[in-house]
Amino acid sequence: MSAADVQLDAQGRLRHFIAIEGLSRSLLEQILDNAERFAPLGDRAVKKVPLLRGRTVANLFFEPSTRTRTTFDLAAKRLSADVLNINIEASSTRKGESLADTLRNLEAMQCDMFVVRHHISGAADFIARQVAPHISVINGGDGRHEHPTQGMLDAFTIRRHKKRFDHLTVAIVGDVAHSRVARSNIQALKILGVPDLRVVGPKTLIPAGVEALGVTVYDDLDEGIRGADVVIMLRLQQERMQSALLPSAHEYFREYGLTTQRLRLAAADAIVMHPGPINRGVEIDSAVADGVQSVILQQVTYGIAVRMAVMAMVMGNQALAGAH
Amino acid sequence: MRWRIHGGRVIDPASGLDECAEVWIEDQLILAVGRAPRGLKADHSIDAHGLIVTPGLVDLGSHLREPGFERKASIASEARAAAAGGFTTVCCTPDTSPVIDNPTVVEHITQSAAAAGGAQVLCLGALTVGLEGEVLAEMHALKRAGVVGVTNLERAIKDTAVLRHALAYAASAELTVFLRSEDYWLSRDGLVHEGPVSARLGLNGIPAAAEVIAVYRDLTLATAAGARAHFCKLSAAQSIKVIAQARARGLPVSADVSLANLCFTEENLGNFDPNFHLRPPLRATSDRNALRRGIKTGAIDAISASHEPHDADAKAAPFGLTEPGISSVDTFLPALLGLVAAGAFDLSTAIAAASLRPHRILGRAGGEITPGAPADLCVFDPTQRWQATAAELASAGKNTPYLNTELTGRVVFTMVGGRVAHRLARCG
Repeated sequence: MSAADVQLDAQGRLRHFIAIEGLSRSLLEQILDNAERFAPLGDRAVKKVPLLRGRTVANLFFEPSTRTRTTFDLAAKRLSADVLNINIEASSTRKGESLADTLRNLEAMQCDMFVVRHHISGAADFIARQVAPHISVINGGDGRHEHPTQGMLDAFTIRRHKKRFDHLTVAIVGDVAHSRVARSNIQALKILGVPDLRVVGPKTLIPAGVEALGVTVYDDLDEGIRGADVVIMLRLQQERMQSALLPSAHEYFREYGLTTQRLRLAAADAIVMHPGPINRGVEIDSAVADGVQSVILQQVTYGIAVRMAVMAMVMGNQALAGAH
Repeated sequence: MRWRIHGGRVIDPASGLDECAEVWIEDQLILAVGRAPRGLKADHSIDAHGLIVTPGLVDLGSHLREPGFERKASIASEARAAAAGGFTTVCCTPDTSPVIDNPTVVEHITQSAAAAGGAQVLCLGALTVGLEGEVLAEMHALKRAGVVGVTNLERAIKDTAVLRHALAYAASAELTVFLRSEDYWLSRDGLVHEGPVSARLGLNGIPAAAEVIAVYRDLTLATAAGARAHFCKLSAAQSIKVIAQARARGLPVSADVSLANLCFTEENLGNFDPNFHLRPPLRATSDRNALRRGIKTGAIDAISASHEPHDADAKAAPFGLTEPGISSVDTFLPALLGLVAAGAFDLSTAIAAASLRPHRILGRAGGEITPGAPADLCVFDPTQRWQATAAELASAGKNTPYLNTELTGRVVFTMVGGRVAHRLARCG
């Protein structure tokens, strides 16, 4: 039972989007190519296309999110879908309703697609296996497992700047252990052929066994970003200090914070990425976050095109399946 | 009442017997093995041609769910399911509600089991009141009520002084302590083995160290207290070494491993398959192989089914919200035969680990096919193929990775103390 089993139909097309793990290189490239087609829409006065007209997309957020929910919302609206934003964190599950029951109720509201964010790893996979066959599920982040649209928008950003993947050195820096973004980035960049993929952080924030995913582990930032073409900084949560994984934000910044001086160790044309929201002075210095090498705000913009591409593909394949 | 089981291959690890022989039973005991006693006539006979006759299986840790969790299973359903799986004795774990920390619960379980007519049910008592790890249970009273040991299961006793006192008190009461050694702090948030799979799925890991350091700790305290310690459900390669070293020093310790940890590894989790959500977790292939070697060499005494039946809802949730455990008595024997076929160890070793040695750990007669031993027998067809559909599984818990797969090997006849506890309709 792999993620690929649940998210692909019998013809190998995407019918849910749960995880990047297990997907083919050509499918990922197809997502990126489709996103390229949607990207120019954002610059037009009229930003809508009628691909999902008459369809209902429900954003089911079991944990809070601003950026991801907003860009999914925008993506669905630009595809002309009707959008329902449901903040479940504050409602049913507090009353002790099981996730399976919550889903059945939402199904009864005749939605076509669920965009799901949940704090439990594996929640999106579970939901995709539970829902009625006419519903598509897109994972908006499940626990520490995956955040596949973020993984794809990061890949999109990298391809825009670097054209190809097969010559790149990419360093993912920070709290890899607790990061679904890091896991999706690792899966996407391995599949797309990045030859030198590194994770950088103190041993307390690097998950045991991560080498099996095809990355090289560094616990020294200078070594880890030396010669890198792409530096992806991860957000550091305050909780990490409380659970004795780190002594202080101050020490973290001194050892692992990305500064202008440190960035000089990377390739001269290196780009700096961050999934947001950023902690200035914790994992990244303002001079870097706002500097010429930073593509952090482009990531947000590209996120809309990538999410449009994924929604259109999943819903299109679902419509095809329905027609058969 | 006299029974004759003839034509079968009799495997008795205690005597080393492995040949076609007749087994004669009179009332509750085995009367003779080999040729028919002169002049004796049987009231009933079983034609066991093509079948294998072994001593009955024992599960050292079955979660029978009654009282308190009848929506999952009942003593009657599971005692019968155990018999259908070739088990003649199961040890009921104390995580019932109320907990088995007083004689009344023991009496309830014993009476319900006697009425069910399946496998014999023995009780494991709680080491601490409510399994809460704070106040010692009334172990003398539990012993008088018939418990065969005491345990706190996986509910770690956080306070090492309480653990030390509990072990010492159990030693005074001459009760074996069944230890599920696991460090509380290293395992409390964990769901799966810490390694490549936990890294990939983003699930909290339980490092092997959580078990190993707790085995060292428990062994040290039990030795100092003079307690008889049995280590349950070991899962890490390093733990086996620690136990083997303790044995070599002559310490009175024993150990078992769950069949699931011999069959599967963390890789079986695939993408969050809740049927492989287990405590202790499925670990690396190297751990599994070390556990198999432990059974082969005798470093580990016993294989337990660790039967944990659940209702469907318990597994119908994202992985981290599901309850751990496999419903295993129905599929234990075919899975064990699968390990033998895969070359993990030979059949006689497997039967010894599932029958003779657990009897010895419990300090009870049985696990042998010799005159005078209790007539606890398992007769199975090693080649019969069957579909493990929900309807075919006798346990109320259908939570098994073998559900709807084809299995080879099926128990056809189970005798508990001379009583027929299970007989497959097609059995001669």
